[in-house]
Amino acid sequence: MKMLDRRLLTDRIVRIVASILALLALVLLAWILWTLVWRGATALSLSVFTEPTMPPGRNGGLANAVVGSLIQVAIGLAIATPIGLLAGTWLAEVGRGRFADAVRFVNDVLLSAPSILIGLFVYELLVKPFAGFSAIAGSAALAVLILPVVVRATEDMLRLVPGSLREAAFALGASHHSVVVHVLWRAARAGIVTGILLAVARAAGETAPLLFTSLGNLGWSFDLDKPMASLPVTIYQYAGSPFDEWVALAWAGALVITVGVLALNILSRVVLAPRGKASK
Amino acid sequence: MNIELSEMSEQLRQRRAAAIDDGREAATKISIEALDFFYGDSKALHTIDMKIPEKRVTAMIGPSGCGKSTLLRVLNRMYDLYPGQKAVGKVLLDGEDILSPDVPAAALRRRVGMVFQKPTPFPMSIRDNIAFGIKLGERVSKSELDDRIEWSLTKAALWNEVKDRLHSSAVGLSGGQQQRLCIARTVAVKPEVVLLDEPTSALDPISTARIEELIDELKSEFTIVIVTHNMQQAARCSDMTGFFLLGKLIEFGQTSDIFTAPKDERTQDYITGRFG
Repeated sequence: MKMLDRRLLTDRIVRIVASILALLALVLLAWILWTLVWRGATALSLSVFTEPTMPPGRNGGLANAVVGSLIQVAIGLAIATPIGLLAGTWLAEVGRGRFADAVRFVNDVLLSAPSILIGLFVYELLVKPFAGFSAIAGSAALAVLILPVVVRATEDMLRLVPGSLREAAFALGASHHSVVVHVLWRAARAGIVTGILLAVARAAGETAPLLFTSLGNLGWSFDLDKPMASLPVTIYQYAGSPFDEWVALAWAGALVITVGVLALNILSRVVLAPRGKASK
Repeated sequence: MNIELSEMSEQLRQRRAAAIDDGREAATKISIEALDFFYGDSKALHTIDMKIPEKRVTAMIGPSGCGKSTLLRVLNRMYDLYPGQKAVGKVLLDGEDILSPDVPAAALRRRVGMVFQKPTPFPMSIRDNIAFGIKLGERVSKSELDDRIEWSLTKAALWNEVKDRLHSSAVGLSGGQQQRLCIARTVAVKPEVVLLDEPTSALDPISTARIEELIDELKSEFTIVIVTHNMQQAARCSDMTGFFLLGKLIEFGQTSDIFTAPKDERTQDYITGRFG
């Protein structure tokens, strides 16, 4: 009986401590979100999306930063997706032995590399030897950030496809190529798309890789050879500025980016949900 | 439903009685000669010799791990997908050794189709599930494709159930329907041999009876080899039966002989349920 009492006591203590810590984490998150929504919403107006950034004293918006971010993320995604998809497929379907292990290891390292390092790498590779800061360099940095996530998601999702499905496709006389393209990719599609969406969400919020690459731009620019504005960099610059209206815009930008990333996260769950049920 | 089920097996029994000597008269479709099989270093099949008759149903029975599924996977070279697995010996399909590296596995698998234990519908529409296999090897017009899809679904006794929803996902079908779809997909390629690897072990009794009836119909066009854990199924569906134990073919002969007068004591023990 005494033993049981002691175990019940331990159970109660652990439960209380765990609940308090969970509450603490939730309070912190709620606090951040509340501050963000409150400060961001008061600064938010239509002009944030229609006006470009302006010198202090004039009411500007963030339109060029929002569009710049969309352009750079889209190009980064366009570079990283095919490479990542093929590399992940190679790892899951073809690669064997030491070389495949090495590729997988390097990819894992890249997955956890600090994003500032990726920014510096692209700076050395694409900014210094050429004309200077450019949107395409920013896109390349984001691509390097997205790539390992796509590789990993593709490999993991392809490995989750039941072996019986692979065999069934081979049993019909399909070549390895058509088994992969018509059956495996299709079966793993929801998971791979989810991985890509999460990678995009992460890349969209990154400041560090863009600081040394696309730099930021106070006006409109659609030239990929020139510096281009982006939301995270603009937030970084404005949040530290002495001008009240810039700080307010930074809050508005932070809210926009948070909502955008949240939307991508929700979208990825929606993509995954029905397929997850169907495949048991 | 029960009445329907017993009627079905009664029909089967009558047909079986009429065809009792089938195995003896048929030509040999697949001749297995001195076949050994290895998973890495461990030997899973020991000198198998077996003649599988054309357009008959040949059943392979035996306890788990006896090598019957392994043998089935040699017949379409499925083991090729896994490095380390190796078959030594001869498997002659119409006299041609299919283990020879000169025979491309994909071409062989179009002649020797396979249906698996668990239904494996591809994540696409019912129609595309069948079109996939056909389009792999042939260039067909849309109307030919439609005809072939209807033909194969009719063969698999599924046409009436799915003809109005060919474009909906195959994953939404019931287990029994999915398995018949897999059979349709396999026969749509027009193979000569159909391998069935415990095709009903994941299905309910009614779906099982359907598929057994189907097997009986398919043998007029295809040579069928079925691996089963269910001895009643082997007795009901097959013309020839092989009994495997520990990687060896213990006894092979007319199903009626194997089940009524087995020559080997171990076969006798197994079919009377003394082990396995």
